[in-house]
Amino acid sequence: MHFYRYGLMATVALGVAALAGTAVAQKKYDTGATDTEIKIGNTNPYSGPASAYGTIGKTIAAYFKMLNEQGGINGRKINFISYDDGYSPPKTVEQARKLVESDEVLFLFQTLGTPPNTAIQKYMNAKKVPQLFVATGATKWGDPQHFPWTMGWQPTYQAEGHIYAKYLLEHHPHGKIGILYQNDDYGKDYVKGLKDGLAGKMPIVAELPYETTDPTVDSQIVSLQASGADVFFNVTTPKFAAQAIKKAGEIGWKPIHLLNNVSQSVGAVLKPAGLDYSKGILSTYYLKDPTDPQWKNDPDYKAWLAFMEKYYPEGDRNSTFPVTGYAVTQTLVQVLKQCGDDLTRANVMKQAANLKNLEVGMLLPGIKINTSPTDWYPIKQMQMQQFDGQRWVPIGPILSGELSGS
Amino acid sequence: MNWELLLHQVLAGLATGGIYACIALAIVMIYQAIDHLNFAQGEMAMFSTFIAWQLMNWGCPYWVAFVLTIAISFVGGIAIERIVFKPIHDAPVLSHIVVFIALFSIINSSAGWIWDYTIKDFPTPFGTSSLLGNGLISAHDGGMIGVTLFLLALLYLFFRHTRIGLAMRAAAANPESARLAGIRVGWMVALGWGMAAAIGAVAGMLIAPVVFLEPNMMLGILLYGFAAAVVGGLTSPGGAVIGGFAVGVIENIAGTFIPYFGRELKLTIALVLIVAVLLVKPSGLFGRRVVSRV
Amino acid sequence: MEAPAAIEATAAATPGVVRLPPAQAVIAGLTLARWRQLVIGVGIIVALALPFGVKNFLVFQLTLAVVYALAILGLNLLTGFNGQFSLGHSAFYAIGAYTAAIMMDHWDIAYYWTVPTAGVICLVSGFLFGLPALRLEGIYLALATFALAVATPQILKFSPLENWTGGVQGIVVIKPDAPFGLPLNSDQWVYFFTLAVTAVLYLCAVSLVNSRTGRAMKAIRDNPIAAGAMGVNVSLYKSLTFGVSALYTGIAGALGAVVAGFVAPDSFTFTLSIQLFVGLVVGGVGSIPGTLFGGLFALFAPNVAESVSKGLAGAVYGVILILVIYVMPSGAAGLVRLIVSKLARSER
Repeated sequence: MHFYRYGLMATVALGVAALAGTAVAQKKYDTGATDTEIKIGNTNPYSGPASAYGTIGKTIAAYFKMLNEQGGINGRKINFISYDDGYSPPKTVEQARKLVESDEVLFLFQTLGTPPNTAIQKYMNAKKVPQLFVATGATKWGDPQHFPWTMGWQPTYQAEGHIYAKYLLEHHPHGKIGILYQNDDYGKDYVKGLKDGLAGKMPIVAELPYETTDPTVDSQIVSLQASGADVFFNVTTPKFAAQAIKKAGEIGWKPIHLLNNVSQSVGAVLKPAGLDYSKGILSTYYLKDPTDPQWKNDPDYKAWLAFMEKYYPEGDRNSTFPVTGYAVTQTLVQVLKQCGDDLTRANVMKQAANLKNLEVGMLLPGIKINTSPTDWYPIKQMQMQQFDGQRWVPIGPILSGELSGS
Repeated sequence: MNWELLLHQVLAGLATGGIYACIALAIVMIYQAIDHLNFAQGEMAMFSTFIAWQLMNWGCPYWVAFVLTIAISFVGGIAIERIVFKPIHDAPVLSHIVVFIALFSIINSSAGWIWDYTIKDFPTPFGTSSLLGNGLISAHDGGMIGVTLFLLALLYLFFRHTRIGLAMRAAAANPESARLAGIRVGWMVALGWGMAAAIGAVAGMLIAPVVFLEPNMMLGILLYGFAAAVVGGLTSPGGAVIGGFAVGVIENIAGTFIPYFGRELKLTIALVLIVAVLLVKPSGLFGRRVVSRV
Repeated sequence: MEAPAAIEATAAATPGVVRLPPAQAVIAGLTLARWRQLVIGVGIIVALALPFGVKNFLVFQLTLAVVYALAILGLNLLTGFNGQFSLGHSAFYAIGAYTAAIMMDHWDIAYYWTVPTAGVICLVSGFLFGLPALRLEGIYLALATFALAVATPQILKFSPLENWTGGVQGIVVIKPDAPFGLPLNSDQWVYFFTLAVTAVLYLCAVSLVNSRTGRAMKAIRDNPIAAGAMGVNVSLYKSLTFGVSALYTGIAGALGAVVAGFVAPDSFTFTLSIQLFVGLVVGGVGSIPGTLFGGLFALFAPNVAESVSKGLAGAVYGVILILVIYVMPSGAAGLVRLIVSKLARSER
């Protein structure tokens, strides 16, 4: 810079600009954020075959209601707009566009389902609107190089598969594996995780899919028993998990039973299936199970229970879905707090990629949320657990599912 | 060829087939009464089962709830016919079907709103012990098949050997002539609805212990039930039951033994077989061929 | 859209369909023929001007509505004009959509070539399906087509086909931009493209329905035995109609893939077939302009229901459907015909 006649003027100008700059930089908004309000969008399946997951959306809405009554975040109320997409990708596209272009939200949060989120991923990234903490465990959401506006939250299905693979290689290396999986992206992702983790060291003697329109999975269980498998990798959603556990118990098949954590809820799956049949089942988890008596006097659990009783009384307190909604919303609250008054979409993503050792409500003790500009998987740790007939008993240390390629 | 596995799959198929046979019976019932397929049949059965569940939650013993639910469903079926369908009697056939679809939507949504979507355990009066010692057919499965056959016998007697049964068949086959013969066609149709709803309730209460109770439980089953009813022949309750068992067994065998396709295309193969049957016997295996006079 | 009265009078009346008075009838000083031209003219102007006055998002929705209308027109040709009941049109829609997606994603072929290709593939597959379906009537045909609809997602997920179909992950399709540097954004361009294709197909449908072939189709619907006796090759026409019907719905699927930007097996379940069916009835079975109303209804009615009550959206939708059927048992077209008949009569 020159320091001639205009040197002094330049310095003054710079000084004024700097002052003005800081004053302006204090409050930056993108569409959807104002001094008093932050608009957040969401799609959930409130109707159709996946409607069981709709309770997550309702939990989030209830949580924001509580927050607003307590004054909001940094003085701003949250306007949470959630639409039904019926788990149908074309509908998700329509609703997402409505949220972004018509309702003009700041970002989308916890949109649910892998196909729905895949359908809108290109759009969201083209529009540069955050698709934050998507409610699916597919591994592809942590790819900041290609999709800098999309981030997942929960441990990926493949990571969980890796953990099971590690466990098997260590404890049952000579087993023969039979797999039951839901014939969609979620099911196939788990299977890939297990296979990658095993790297061919154990045989998979049966790999049977089912559709969500199948009335029962009894036939598959029969075939799995007949295949001679003594390890059972059970990748099913709650209803089918309960059926599988029950049928396996009825026909007297007692394999080493690995159950995906989507269906590990005692109240929603194991109890209907039969607590006796469920004994010995292995799974992983990262959140506290609300039906576990060990948390009865835990202040964290009590806070969640109080929240449910006051703001979402019709929610199922035995199910882990409302727990998920609670925990992920608290994560978002932290992100927004970190944003302060800079509520641009870019900053929202920046802060989401800047979470350090964050502990939120209902996370298992020892599990922390960590993100960085190169690590877009907020939760990577899980605890292996075994069902003793009454509750889940942790076994082993908290493990980290090492990530396969993004 | 693994004969043991084949036997096991056949047995498991019979067990599941019992479910399809049950709902197929309700479908045929309604078809006999109104000459249409009722899309909402499954949802009505599901809703009835929820009513039973709720009654038991309020303290009713199983059999009291069972009987009450059948009664409530019977009345409900008649009410739906009189309130929803009477006003559109003259509307074209396809409009009727849209109303069935509307009913489906209303009942499904209401059930989800009232009782939410987490699965619920539903008790069985037959116990859970195994019938054959290897757990493939449980006492409940056997009980379900038994009840279905019993209902089938009842229906057969009703349609063939009672005056009301005859009147109902006449009203469905030729409403104009039936009216001229003094039959109150409107009430015959309503009665048909009531009976179909009652049978559906029984079906739901038998099915729920196996698949677990939740608002979407009948979705896939209704599909198979339609297929079973059609392949058996819509004019034949016996055909529907046989169709149900056939569908259950075929699906299992196709899924297990057909190489390359069977694993992932179980449902497709079952449906292809059903359509193939229809091509050979266009009115179903046991249906009566309708001959129209020119 | 309606054949001249003289010819209609000789065909057996289809129950439930109200006949329009002849084109020379007068309402408020204008003949029906003039009214028709007026309505079409206004419609064209509105359709062309719309994308410039409303938000992009609404343009997107309207494009989807037009796509559904076209799909419903396909179904209408089969069910409304030929009397064959199909619950399987979601399968043809899916074939069209995947054709477009595979061509655009795997082979980088431009979107406008996908339209005729999807059409041809669906014409052939529809015809092939129609052949065995000849033996089936009413309920049994409904089941066979329903089976097709249910099987489609499963076939799309079939692992050995994954390299083509993208399996459960589906295929992402990139929306085209306006060519020749026209000052239109992507949404508007796709809207106009869709509108143009649909308009051409609608004109073809109108001329088909009013031609000899159309009369043969309708004759088969009204009284297949008499039609056969009069020398109509019933089998050939029924299968051909299946093919043409599939062509229309397949092209709609291809356009739909371009509009939505994504295809996946679960986008094409039998729920879609049911939506198309509902749209058909609500618009008016056997009415070509009715399909436009049907398409709008198929898109917007669920949204309206959701805005009334999120928890009971399905119930509200069902109630709306029932009310619509009560008020217009023969669909929107039927209601319009009823009103026109009443008005025209009073003028004489």
